[in-house]
Amino acid sequence: MLQELYQEVIIDHGKSPRNSGVLEKATHEAEGYNPYCGDEVHLTVVVKDGVIVDLKFEGQGCAISQASASMMTEAVKGKNVEEAKAIFKRFHDALMSREDPDYDALDELASLTGVKDYPSRIKCATLAWHCLEDALEGQDA
Amino acid sequence: MIADQFPALNQKVNNRELVYLDSAATTQRPKRVIEAINRFYQQEGANVHRGAHELSRRATDLFEDSRKVLAESINAESREFVFTKGCSEAINLAAYSWGLANLNSGDRVLVSTMEHHSNLVPWQLVAEHAGASVEPIPVTDDVLLDLDALEAQLKKGAKLVAVKHVCNVSGTVNPIKEICLLAHEHDAVVVVDGAQSLAHCAVDVKDLDADFYALAGHKAYGPMGIGGLYVRWSILKDMKPWQGGGGMIRKVSFDGTTFAEPPERFEAGTPNVGGAVGFAEAVRFIQDLGIETIAQEERVLNKFAESELSALGIETIGGDPNKAGILSYNVDAIHPHDFGTICDQFGVAIRAGHHCCMPLMKRLGLAASARASLGVYNSKHDIIVMIEAIKEARKIFG
Ligand SMILES: Cc1ncc(COP(=O)(O)O)c(C=O)c1O
Repeated sequence: MLQELYQEVIIDHGKSPRNSGVLEKATHEAEGYNPYCGDEVHLTVVVKDGVIVDLKFEGQGCAISQASASMMTEAVKGKNVEEAKAIFKRFHDALMSREDPDYDALDELASLTGVKDYPSRIKCATLAWHCLEDALEGQDA
Repeated sequence: MIADQFPALNQKVNNRELVYLDSAATTQRPKRVIEAINRFYQQEGANVHRGAHELSRRATDLFEDSRKVLAESINAESREFVFTKGCSEAINLAAYSWGLANLNSGDRVLVSTMEHHSNLVPWQLVAEHAGASVEPIPVTDDVLLDLDALEAQLKKGAKLVAVKHVCNVSGTVNPIKEICLLAHEHDAVVVVDGAQSLAHCAVDVKDLDADFYALAGHKAYGPMGIGGLYVRWSILKDMKPWQGGGGMIRKVSFDGTTFAEPPERFEAGTPNVGGAVGFAEAVRFIQDLGIETIAQEERVLNKFAESELSALGIETIGGDPNKAGILSYNVDAIHPHDFGTICDQFGVAIRAGHHCCMPLMKRLGLAASARASLGVYNSKHDIIVMIEAIKEARKIFG
C-alpha cells in the first residue's frame, strides 16, 4: 500500500524538484496555500501566444505536494493553455473517480494516483494544479 | 487495563490495532463518562432553571452539581466557574468581557510566543478594538518562558499576561505561580490557558493565584463542546456580559435590562447540561486514578519514548525536565504529513502540522512537526509500534 503511494518517482521529484525557482519575467503568477497542512506553492509562468513556454515553482510541504508541483511543471511546459487545463482535468478525474485511471494517458502523473486511497492527501496532490489555474486566470502581468 | 474502559480504543485501523497518540488534540472518553451523558438524556433531558417541574429541577441540580465538582477540582468557588463550550470560548469570554472594558489605547498585552492561537487571536482582535498592542514574551530554544524578559516587559507597564499552563507542542509546564507573582507585582492580570492541564497535572487556581483560568472538557477525558472559565471573584463580579439571551438576565424591558449575577451572567442560552455532566464525571475519573499517579506514570512513559526516539537519532522539541507527555519531533527531512500517513497505515494516530502554534513553530525555525501525545491508556507497546512506523518511513524515504 504505502509503496504505491510513495513510488520512487515521487520520492525523486520530492528530493530533486524540476523547474524549481522563480521566473523574473513571468507573465502570470499565483500562490497556492493549504492552511490545513501548511503546504505552499508559488508559481511563476511565462505564457506567449497561448503557450506555456516556461514555468517555475517554489514551495514547501509534504512529498506529495512538492512532487506533484514538480511533475506538473514538466507535464505542462510547452503545452498551450487549453491542453494544460485538459491535462489537469484528466488528472483530477483520475483522483476522484472510483474506476481505475487510464495510466497511459496520464503518463508520469499516473504515479500520483496512489493518493486515491488516502482522501486526506488528495488536496496535497492537486494544490499546484489549482495554483496553475489561478495563475492562468489572472491578467497578463 | 485502563485502556479497556475506553470503547473507541478497541478497534482496528488499516487492519492494525488502533494506537491512539493524539490526546493533546482530544482525549478519548471512558465508558463511565459516555454513560453519564447518556443517563442525563435518558432520565432528565430537561432544560435548567426554567421549568417548574421535576425533570427541570433534576437537570438544574445535575448542572449545578457538575459546576461544583469542576470548581472544587481546581480549588475555586462555584460562583467563580462559568461554563463555556470549550477553552477557546473561555478565552474569548475573558477577552470580550474583561478585555474590551479594561484595555485602552496604548495599553500593552503580553502574550507568550508559545501560545496556542486560542490565547493569542482573541487578544489581537480585542486589542485592535481598544487601540492596545500585543507583544510576544520570548521563549528559549528549549521552549521555556524567558522570565527575565517577561519581568523587563512588565516593568515597562502591561495590563495583561496571556500564557498557557501546559504547552501542547513541547509539553513544557510553565511556572504559573511565579508568573502570577511577577505580573501582580506590576499590576497586570494573568490569563492562563489550561486546555492541556487537567489531564496532566494538578491545578489549584488559588495557589497559582491566577486571575483567569480556561479549561476544555474534551482534553481531559470529557466530552466535546464543554469547557469552563475560572475568574477570580473580585474581577468576575464586575464584569459585563459578553453575550445576551435567556438565562443571563434579571429583568428585561425596552427601557433597560438588568443582568443576573455571575456565573449565570455569562451563560446566555440553554447550556450544554449533558456536556457539563460528562465533564464532571471525567474529572471524577481523573480523581479516582489520582492526578499524581497519572503524572508519574506519564513521565515514565515519556522518558521511555524519548529514549527510544533518541536511539534513532530523533530529538523532541522542548527541554523542560518536568514536561508532560507530549512528544513533538521530525524524522529527518520527512515531512510530518507524509510521516502521519505512514503512521496511519500502522494504526498509529498522531498529529502533524503546526499544532495551532504558528508563532512558536516560526521561533523554532520549523514549518511543522509530528506530535505524539500520551493519555492514561497508553503503554510502552504503543511507543514501540510508533517506532516501527518511523523505521518504515525511513525505508520509504531512504
Ligand atoms: C494549549 C491549547 N489551548 C487551547 C486549545 C483550544 O481548545 P478548544 O478546542 O477546547 O477550544 C487547545 C486545543 O486545541 C490547546 O492545546
